[in-house]
Amino acid sequence: MFDINRYKPKFWDHHDLSAGPYKPLFNFRLIWKQSVFLTLSVALIPLLFLAAMDYRVTQKAEESEILLRTSRLLSNTRRSLSYFLDERRFALSFIVLDNIYDDLADPVRLGQILKNLQSGLGQWSDLSLIDDKGVQQNYIGPYTMKNINYSDQDWYRDAVLNGSTISDVFMGFRNVPHLVIAVKHQRMDETPYVLRAALDIERLRELLSQLALSGQGDVFIINHKGILQTPSRYYGHVLEKMPFPIPDFSTQTQVLERTDPQNRQVIMGYAYITGTPFILMVVKHKHELMQPWYNTRFKLLLFLSGSILIILIVVIGVSTYLVNNIFVADQKRVTTLHQAEYTNKLASIGRLAAGVAHEINNPLAIINEKAGMINDIFLFRKEYQSDTKLIGLVKAIIQSVDRCAAITRRLLNFARHIEVSVQKVNLKGIIQDVLGFQTKEAEYRSIDITVDIPDDIPEFTSDRGKLQQIFLNLVNNAFSAMRDGGNLVITARLLADAHQVRISVKDDGCGIPETDLKRIFEPFFTTKTSIGGTGLGLSITYGLVRELGGDIEVVSTEGTGTTFTVTLPLEFNGKKGESHACSTGG
Amino acid sequence: MRVLLVDDEEELVSTLAERLTMRGIDAYWVTSGHAAIELIEHENFDVAILDIKLPRMSGLELKRHLSRRKPNLKFIFLTGHGSEQDYVEGSAEAGNPYYLVKPVQIEILMKKLTEIFQQEGNS
Repeated sequence: MFDINRYKPKFWDHHDLSAGPYKPLFNFRLIWKQSVFLTLSVALIPLLFLAAMDYRVTQKAEESEILLRTSRLLSNTRRSLSYFLDERRFALSFIVLDNIYDDLADPVRLGQILKNLQSGLGQWSDLSLIDDKGVQQNYIGPYTMKNINYSDQDWYRDAVLNGSTISDVFMGFRNVPHLVIAVKHQRMDETPYVLRAALDIERLRELLSQLALSGQGDVFIINHKGILQTPSRYYGHVLEKMPFPIPDFSTQTQVLERTDPQNRQVIMGYAYITGTPFILMVVKHKHELMQPWYNTRFKLLLFLSGSILIILIVVIGVSTYLVNNIFVADQKRVTTLHQAEYTNKLASIGRLAAGVAHEINNPLAIINEKAGMINDIFLFRKEYQSDTKLIGLVKAIIQSVDRCAAITRRLLNFARHIEVSVQKVNLKGIIQDVLGFQTKEAEYRSIDITVDIPDDIPEFTSDRGKLQQIFLNLVNNAFSAMRDGGNLVITARLLADAHQVRISVKDDGCGIPETDLKRIFEPFFTTKTSIGGTGLGLSITYGLVRELGGDIEVVSTEGTGTTFTVTLPLEFNGKKGESHACSTGG
Repeated sequence: MRVLLVDDEEELVSTLAERLTMRGIDAYWVTSGHAAIELIEHENFDVAILDIKLPRMSGLELKRHLSRRKPNLKFIFLTGHGSEQDYVEGSAEAGNPYYLVKPVQIEILMKKLTEIFQQEGNS
């Protein structure tokens, strides 16, 4: 199962209760949050701003590029279309000018002209000659149409009126959608007539289909009434009404954005073809045109989210690393402070004890001499020799003085060594010195102390004061773990290589839970919160053992007891200057 | 055997001298280093028992002065501190291991004096 606690940095749940009014300075989680927030802001705001700018600019560029492309396509097509129609109109004009009515009325001659036109310009389906009454007089083409009267047709009237015309697409007599180009012959001395050519819309379709239209585009022609003149891919068949409103007249090509009847966004371009009833229309689906932009946009967003992710990881990683370093440094500082405080306290107690012992020692020596003197008098003068009561009293005084002297000597011995550094030490002596302070408590609590230190352990060079502190801490610890009537066993053994000595302090107290066991040497880790433990004793002990070049291990079973094992080198190689104790002077 | 006792505690040194006298030793006492140096100009002693912590002039310093004047003089040191450091310095300086911690048991002091007396007799 995912355990968030494993990934939490050390400082996350740290609460420095002792920080007092400076608490915010030591709120590492807040520092971390600020660091992450500030760094992320500095890194992400410009990135996001630039990305948004780039997004808009690229989108706009892409859109205007589409409009421009459509407009160019439209204008090219218009030109081709316009040229195509004009060319045919001019050809008819030329024929009308170049021939007389009788020539054109001759089917052979008209057939020859159609043949020439087809070979020169192609795509002519037929030619017909219509007289001034509107009656067809000659016809060359695939249909059989004779003597039809066109006088009521729009295109005929328009041609007669304006000299030439290009008609809308219509079905006509032949019942096929086509358009008509007609030119009127008019000379002062001749009867007017009209030469007409019909143009199949297939010709226009072919013309339009030559345009390179990417994908789903649609190109078609409508007339000014909005009727489709060529079939549209999406918007209807020939001669149906186009679903878009008729675009406003403009002499130039226009490109607009519209929504089509299927509710799709389309780019619609149109151009009025001058001299004809036609409007060229280009309709393209915006979605399709924007496809390259969507691809670019996807890559841009992918790159952006990748960058943000990397920045996020780096910022969080770096902030965590830095804040953790600050936290560790702060912890180290606090530990050192506490350690200094602790050793100072110990040194002060030592100084006080030494002072008291020394002051008491002098009068004690005098009492000793005076009592000794009295004793001497009893021994040397006959009159007192038989007085056993007096002799007993004096002996009691001398014995008491001896007891006091032993106490002061122990105090002096202990205190002095707090400040002494490396020297030859006797392990047994040190353990006994330390236990000397606990004998009374052990008696009251009926704690049985067994010391098993064989004589083959040589004196070795070490720091006596530190050794005293180490064992005092361990013994104190054992005493607070044990119930009355417990057993404390202190054993020392020389290791096989004879370069190290292993001392174990074993109690049968309450033991340490396994979860606490890992953290027991950590500074400020304490289970004695209710009785004012600082949580420093074992961490200091650990530090002292390490300073002496040794090692400390703990084995504990809850309810059965705890064994601390200290392994010390017999050759001292610790750093001299690292002494904990401050110089006490005098 | 003539013994000179030097200690700034008059009550202590006078009683100790008296107790030694009771045990047949010719004991003299003074309470300062200067008095000891002055006295030794006129008198001969076999052993000097010196307190290590004397005002103005320490026991070890006094020992150097006295040794210069009387090279054959033997020394026993007394100290209020049960200090091994003093012991090491004292024995190195004196070239002898006689060093006792106060309060002194008279029997031990007598034993040391007898040892010195026997050594003198042998040499």
